[in-house]
Amino acid sequence: MATVTLKPTRVPELIFEGYSITPDAFAGKTAAQIAALPGHEGKIHVTIGDFFAVSGDAGATAAETDIVIDGDCSRVKYIGSKMTAGTVTVNGNADMYVGGWMKGGRIHIRGNMDSFCGIQMEGGELLCDGNAGNHVGCAYRGDWRGMKGGTIRIKGSAGNDIGTFMLGGTIIIEKNAFIHVSTHAEGGTVIIKGDVEGRVGGQMVKGEMYVLGKIKFMMPGYKKVDTVEKEVDGVKATFDHYIGDLGERHPKSKGQVVYANLYLKAAA
Amino acid sequence: MASGEMIVKGGFIIDPTRKIDGDVGDVAIKDGKIVDKVSSSAKVIDAKGKIVMAGAVDVHSHVAGPKVNAGRLMRPEDKLLSGSFRSGMAQKNGYRMESGFSIPSVFKTGYDYARMGYTFVMEAAMPPLLAPHVHEEIHDTPIIDEAALPVFANNWFVMEYLQKGEVENTASYIAWLLKATKGYGVKLVNPGGTAAWAWGLNCLNLNDPVPYFEITPAEIIKGLIEANEYLGLPHSIHLHQNNLGNPGNYPDTIAALKLAEGFKARNKFGREQVMHSTHLQFHSYGGEGWKDFCSKAKEVMDYVNKQKNITIDLGCVTLDETTTMTADGPFEHHLHGLNHLKWTNVDVELETAAGIVPYIYDKNVTPNAVQWATGLELALYAKDMDRTFITTDHPNAGPFTRYPRVIKWLMSKKAREATIASMKNNDKMIGLTNIHAMDRELTLFEIAQMTRSGPAKCLGLGNVYGGLAPGMNADVGIFDLNYKNLPSDAEKIETAFQRAACFIKGGEVIVKDGEVVSHGRKKTVWVKVKMPENPQVTRDVSQAFHQGTYTVDLLNYPVREYLAPHQSVIDVNVEA
Repeated sequence: MATVTLKPTRVPELIFEGYSITPDAFAGKTAAQIAALPGHEGKIHVTIGDFFAVSGDAGATAAETDIVIDGDCSRVKYIGSKMTAGTVTVNGNADMYVGGWMKGGRIHIRGNMDSFCGIQMEGGELLCDGNAGNHVGCAYRGDWRGMKGGTIRIKGSAGNDIGTFMLGGTIIIEKNAFIHVSTHAEGGTVIIKGDVEGRVGGQMVKGEMYVLGKIKFMMPGYKKVDTVEKEVDGVKATFDHYIGDLGERHPKSKGQVVYANLYLKAAA
Repeated sequence: MASGEMIVKGGFIIDPTRKIDGDVGDVAIKDGKIVDKVSSSAKVIDAKGKIVMAGAVDVHSHVAGPKVNAGRLMRPEDKLLSGSFRSGMAQKNGYRMESGFSIPSVFKTGYDYARMGYTFVMEAAMPPLLAPHVHEEIHDTPIIDEAALPVFANNWFVMEYLQKGEVENTASYIAWLLKATKGYGVKLVNPGGTAAWAWGLNCLNLNDPVPYFEITPAEIIKGLIEANEYLGLPHSIHLHQNNLGNPGNYPDTIAALKLAEGFKARNKFGREQVMHSTHLQFHSYGGEGWKDFCSKAKEVMDYVNKQKNITIDLGCVTLDETTTMTADGPFEHHLHGLNHLKWTNVDVELETAAGIVPYIYDKNVTPNAVQWATGLELALYAKDMDRTFITTDHPNAGPFTRYPRVIKWLMSKKAREATIASMKNNDKMIGLTNIHAMDRELTLFEIAQMTRSGPAKCLGLGNVYGGLAPGMNADVGIFDLNYKNLPSDAEKIETAFQRAACFIKGGEVIVKDGEVVSHGRKKTVWVKVKMPENPQVTRDVSQAFHQGTYTVDLLNYPVREYLAPHQSVIDVNVEA
C-alpha cells in the first residue's frame, strides 16, 4: 500500500472540481504526476497542484493506493467519484458529489459532506463522521436508476431526497433526516436511526426502510400489516410493519404482489 | 471562401447520380457550386487515397421543435455523460459547447451532422401551430440545411375535406399551411389514430374509423396522395404508418403500401415515388405477442421491391439508450405502459399530438435484438438502393450519430456477426430473424445511393443535393477509406464515416480532420405553392380562427419572416 497525501494550499475562488482525486486516477503515478492531473474551476482548466501540495507516490493500482487529504475540502467537488478500489480519507469537510458513481473501495470523510454524495453508487463504502446535505445516494437528476450497491453511513443527520430511485445497497443515517426517503425506490435498504419529517417511501415500488425514531407525517399510501421483532444495524427492537406505496404499481413474484416495506419502531 | 475556387484532388469519387463508382478524379468548386474546371490558382484539397462523396441527405430525423425540446428538458440525464461540455479548443475558437446524446443540443446536432458529412436534414414532424418554435430551433442549428414537414393526417380541416371527398380543397389547405408554417411537404403520422387518441382511442387498422370524423386511415392516406400529386410538390406524402411497433403489424404495413398502387408521381422535380414510408423497421414485425415477435422484413421488402412508386427509410435500431418521441401519441402511452419510464404527452389543438418516453434498446432483450435485425434486413433485402434510405428515425430507434455504425453493419457481415455473438439470447434472435443467414455486404456505391442520391431525389432536391455533377451545390465529404483496399477491420469504416477527413459545404471547408472549423451558411428550405385562391378554404380557415376553434388569432399563427432568416424557397405553380 502507498499513501498519497494532499495538503490544501489555496481555497479555490469558485469551486474546484476534483474529479481526478481518486485512487484510479492516481494509480501508478508519482507525486509530481499527480499534481499535474486535471480539474476544473468553472470553465478554466486547472490541476490538482494548483490547490494542493502533493506528497508521496501512488501504488501501482487503485487498490494499492490510499489518498489522505489533510485539511478542509469545503470547496472541492467529486472527491472519490467513480473510484473502483483503494481508499480516500478527508480530514475535514467535503463539497458535493463525494463518491458519486463509485464502484468500490472506501471513502471516509471526517467532517461534513454537502449534497449528492454517493449518487448512483454501485459498490464500496462511504463513511461520513458528520452530517450530509441533500440527495444522499439518489439518482442523478432526471435519471430513474439510483444507487445500486455499496454502503453509505452518515453518523450525523442528512437533508432531503435520500435514496431516490434506489435499486440496491444500504444507506444508514445515524441521526435525523428531513423529507423524501426512498422515493420511487425499487430495492435497497435505508435505515434512519433518528426522526424523519415525512414523505417516507412515496411512490416506492420495492425495498426496505427502517425508522428507529419518529415519522412526523406518515404517507397515506402505507398500511400497517403486523408488528415484528428485528435487529437492525446492531439495534434490536419491535417494529410496526407497513407496506406500500399502495398508490404505485407493484410487481408480482411467485404469484404474490411485492410491496415496499417500512419498519417503524413501535412506541414503547 | 464561398466565392473562391477550390479543387478536391485525386480522391476515389463515388457519385451514383453519374454512375461513378470509385474512379480517381477531381471535384472542382466555384462560387459555392460544383463546376467543370477551375483555374490553377484554386485552393487544392488533397483527397488522395480517400473516398469523395456528395454531402449526405437525411430524409427523416427529429431534430427541432417543441417535442425535441421537451425531450431535452425531460431528460437532463441524457447530457450527463455525453458531449464535450468544456472543449477548450472549441471555446477558444468561438464554438459552442455540445451536450446530449439521444437529444443533443442544437449546436451538437449541427456539428455532429457536419462531422459525418451531412448537408441536409429533414425535420420529420412539425406541429403546424408550433411551427414558429420549429423554425427558431432550425435557425439555431448551425451548418446544416434543413426543412420541416408539417403533419396533416390528423388535422381537422383535412379530415373534414377528405371525408367529403374534396381533394382540391385539401390541396388548397395544404398550400395555405405550407406557406403559413414555411413547411416542405405532407407528413402523415398514424393517420386518424392520433386524432382518435383525443377520445382515448387509436386506429390500429387501416379501416378503423376515426371517431366523430367518420373517415378511415386508408381514406386519409389515399386522399393526401391525390392532393399531394394535384399540387405536384417536390416530395411525396411522407407516411408514418398506423399500428407502429406492434407484433404482427406487417400485413397492415403492406396494406398501407398498396394504397399507392395506381398513382403516378406528377411533379417537376424529378421525384418518382408517390409515397415515402418512413422507419419501416417499426412496421415489419410478425408474431402474435412478444414471445414470437419476429422479423417480416423479407415479406415487406418483397412488396417494396416490385412497387416502383414507393420509397422507404429504415429506422434502424442501434441498441442504445435513447428517447422516443413522436406525434403518435397513443403509441407513446402504450410504450410507457411497457417500460414504466417517464412519459410526456401533449395535444396540439385541431392538428396533432405528441408523446415522449425514454427507451433502452437492450441487445440482451430478444424483441430489441429482433428489431435490430429487422432494420438491417430491410436494407439487405432491398433491390433498389436509390429507394431505400439509411435512418434511425432519430432519436426513436437510435441517435443519428449512429449512422456510421449502421453503415458498418450493412457493409460487413463480420461486424453483424460480432454484434450477434455479443447478444445473450442470440440463438432465440437468430430463430426469429433471417440476418444470420444473410451474406450480402453493401458497397460504398450502395451506401452513397442510400444516403446521398436516393434521399435527395425522393425529396425532389436531386438537382442540387446528393451528387457531384457540375451545377450542384458544392457539398463534398472526404472520408478516410481507401476504395481499392477497404479495411478488414469494419470498425475503421465506422470511424471514417463518424468523422469526415474533410467536409465542404457551399464551397466552404466546414470540417477538417473531424473537427468543425466553420459555422457555414445554413439555409431553411420550404415550399411555396402558387395557386388560384380557393374562397371556401380561405373562409373555412378564417372561421376556425375567428370563431374560436383555435385559441390563437390567425395573425399570430404563421411563421414570421424573422424566425427563418436564411430561406431558400422552392416555388411550385399550380394552374387553375
